Amino acid sequence: MIPGKPSTFRYSVLPVLTVVAVLVVVWYASAIKMNSTWTYDQAARAGTEPSFSEVVKDTMQQDRPLLPVPHQVIAELWDTTVEKKITSKRSMIYQGSITLKTTLWGFALGVVVGIAMAALIVLSRVGRLSLMPWAIISQTIPIVALAPIIVVLSNAIGAGSLLVPKAIIAAYLSFFPVMVSMVKGLTSPDHMQLDLLRTYGAKRSAVFWKLRVPASMPYFFASLKVSIAAAFVGAVVGELSTSAISGLGARMLIGSQFGEPMIMWAALFAAAILAAVLIFTVGAIEKILRRAMGGQPV
Amino acid sequence: MTSPVIDVSGVDLTFQTNDGPIHALKDVNLEIDKGDFVSFIGPSGCGKTTLLRCIAGLETPSGGDLTVNGLSPEEARKARSYGYVFQAAGLYPWRTIGGNVKLPLEIMGFSKAEQAERVRKVLELVDLTGFEKKYPWQLSGGMQQRASIARALAFDADILLMDEPFGALDEIVRDHLNEQVLKLWARTEKTIAFVTHSIPEAVYLSTKIVVMSPRPGRITDIIDSPLPKDRPLNIRDSAEFIQIAHRVRDGLRAGHDE
Repeated sequence: MIPGKPSTFRYSVLPVLTVVAVLVVVWYASAIKMNSTWTYDQAARAGTEPSFSEVVKDTMQQDRPLLPVPHQVIAELWDTTVEKKITSKRSMIYQGSITLKTTLWGFALGVVVGIAMAALIVLSRVGRLSLMPWAIISQTIPIVALAPIIVVLSNAIGAGSLLVPKAIIAAYLSFFPVMVSMVKGLTSPDHMQLDLLRTYGAKRSAVFWKLRVPASMPYFFASLKVSIAAAFVGAVVGELSTSAISGLGARMLIGSQFGEPMIMWAALFAAAILAAVLIFTVGAIEKILRRAMGGQPV
Repeated sequence: MTSPVIDVSGVDLTFQTNDGPIHALKDVNLEIDKGDFVSFIGPSGCGKTTLLRCIAGLETPSGGDLTVNGLSPEEARKARSYGYVFQAAGLYPWRTIGGNVKLPLEIMGFSKAEQAERVRKVLELVDLTGFEKKYPWQLSGGMQQRASIARALAFDADILLMDEPFGALDEIVRDHLNEQVLKLWARTEKTIAFVTHSIPEAVYLSTKIVVMSPRPGRITDIIDSPLPKDRPLNIRDSAEFIQIAHRVRDGLRAGHDE
């Protein structure tokens, strides 16, 4: 360890682990409390008087507990990712890949639309006056209300699969952070920077490509992490609200409708892990691009 | 007698603001000849930067005549007649020093080979050879400002306009850069217009010192410096130097008392 340099363990790993440990304790305690009702019911019906340790043991191995304990969720996750064949409909990897595909399509569409709208807003007065208010209004409409309309409309234009409406829903949520950041980024060069290019007699196109676009990149990178997270939420919401039968969102819905809490929780955790992987990947790409653009290492 | 490179006659400039009109420049008359080193000095608000911006065609005077190389400032700007150095270096953080110096050359459509050659030449001129591949954050403030001077010199305009280029630097760095600017001026024989609020800087550098005062922005004195062209730093201790500095200070005070 370099003297004076804060230790990574003490300053970033330890606090996170502490919070995780507290959550796990609270989780076990709540599970014992909530699931014991069922245990006592069963015992009363059988006319037995279970000891406390028997109750605790039982609350952790019920098939359909109110609240599954962490190791049950992990076991279910293990079972549905490693043990199951990837082609199986019960595999979380299979379900996750469907959500991932929707997320990536939605993200790509959202980024393209976001950049295009930002460019129009920055380059033309008409774009600025007409697009911005609508973009803001678009985010105030609950996506769940729009989802069925998007499904019907994309079927009407012959989309064929559910992927199209789901990706549109994901894009609907993910374009906004990109657009807002890009508008900010493209207008970030100050007067001096713009005057400098005027002294070169630079054309508008040169100002855009040589100054505005590169200056907007840090803003763009920062928006990608928010945007991929939004696309992922959009993909899951899309699955929940388009009566899809596959994808992590659909698994959660099925788990809750058929009283399979294990499936629900495992799908939820799979979703959280996938989201974390996506954000981490985008973050890593961002770091590489920043370095390539001469960024100062922090 | 050749005509002046920069000819300012009867220039007025009024800005319309919400608090009423502001008289930024009033009846400014000035001739700058080829090879002159002219400093504009005065308190803030005296219009020295505004005057430089008018010469650069970045502001348009509301009255009077202003020609640069016999052209209107707007035409001169489009003809790329001058290099402009701003208060801050304003280097692009995403470009290397070489890339930054190359920027005007790319915009002006120089060939790749010509770009590389010119970058090499001007970086040598400002003593930054070997820093071509470094990024701006790897350089000190003084070095960044030298890179921005190199950028202004890259396309070899005859006129160099400098707006308080060393205002943000400490005195030791400033002295060093002043010496370098003089060397540069001697080597390139450019016409330089230089805005400053430092009396020693103005006297040390200039062949002509333009003293200005505010409300309305106007010229109160124009001093032709008798100092020789070759100036070591210790010329600042000579009687002549101190005498000119006195006259500049008097001019500034007179403008202030009115």
